[in-house]
Amino acid sequence: MIAAKLYLIQRISALLMAPLVIAHLVGIIMAVQGGLTAEEILGRTQGSLGWLCFYSAFVILVAVHGTIGLRSILIEWTPLANRIVDALAAGWLISALILGLRAVVAVTWS
Amino acid sequence: MKTLDVQVWRGDETGGFEKFEAPAQENQTVLDVVTWIQRNADPSLSYRFACRVGMCGSCAMTVNGRPRWTCRTHVSRVAKDGRLKIEPLLNLPVIKDLASDLKPFFDKWNAARGTFEAAIKREDPLVPISPDQPERAAANAAIECINCAVCYSACDMVGWKPSYLGPAALNRAWAAWNDVRNDNRLDVLKAVSDDAGCHNCHSHQSCSEHCPVGLNPTLSIAGLKRATSKALLKGNLK
Repeated sequence: MIAAKLYLIQRISALLMAPLVIAHLVGIIMAVQGGLTAEEILGRTQGSLGWLCFYSAFVILVAVHGTIGLRSILIEWTPLANRIVDALAAGWLISALILGLRAVVAVTWS
Repeated sequence: MKTLDVQVWRGDETGGFEKFEAPAQENQTVLDVVTWIQRNADPSLSYRFACRVGMCGSCAMTVNGRPRWTCRTHVSRVAKDGRLKIEPLLNLPVIKDLASDLKPFFDKWNAARGTFEAAIKREDPLVPISPDQPERAAANAAIECINCAVCYSACDMVGWKPSYLGPAALNRAWAAWNDVRNDNRLDVLKAVSDDAGCHNCHSHQSCSEHCPVGLNPTLSIAGLKRATSKALLKGNLK
């Protein structure tokens, strides 16, 4: 049943990410209109609870979605045993969450 | 007399190609060519066929790189330059020459639980099933499989993950799931939600492209993904 559950989680995470991706891309285009500086970005994001929630959700969804995909690729394209693939995928999930959330905190915490 | 340049796989997985020259006829199938070689050039050539009219699914082989039912494949359609390269089906063990071992293929039919178990007893009145019923229409669309294993041989996913149930078994499971007279419908969903089940499919559609009888296993597998997802969300699959 794990395959069916992972499939469903990957689809639901994709569904939730779709509006976040659009907001992220629109945000990039709007942000670079007046040039691209660290001060400008941090000025907008630091202390913003909205951006903190937005990018925390984004990071969690990306980490989950990407890990499930990576697990499938490892199963299909490498001769690794399922046990090792699961361990690698879990390691990737934890790393992506730590690195991603650390970056979110760095740009939104004032 | 015009001839065909035919390369035929000999031996098991470790074997190789052997060249034959066979007469080119105006109207001949690939199976005709294989039969000519066996009868006239090398009687030790092993291959499998039965009905010769596209019903039994026994004669599937890889012809010029693509899996095909050889009894209904005209040489003129696949070998315009007079060259044929004939191998056993891919993704299956080779017994000898052009005969693949279909045991893993049929084991997976059983694993996908596409069997019918009557919900009523012999003495019970028959349940009327309308042909217009959506479930019946879906089952009908998937039901004419001849078990030739062409789709299984064409499937990238079977090649990458040998435990994957494959298009034919899952197509059968979809027909069994849509048969409302079937008493083991939930067992079908459980079987196809396993690690080797329908969620592995990437919808490359090689199965549908190659199916000689025009079935669409990719569509059936997509249906199983929807059915299992709904059952999971409703809490029927645990």
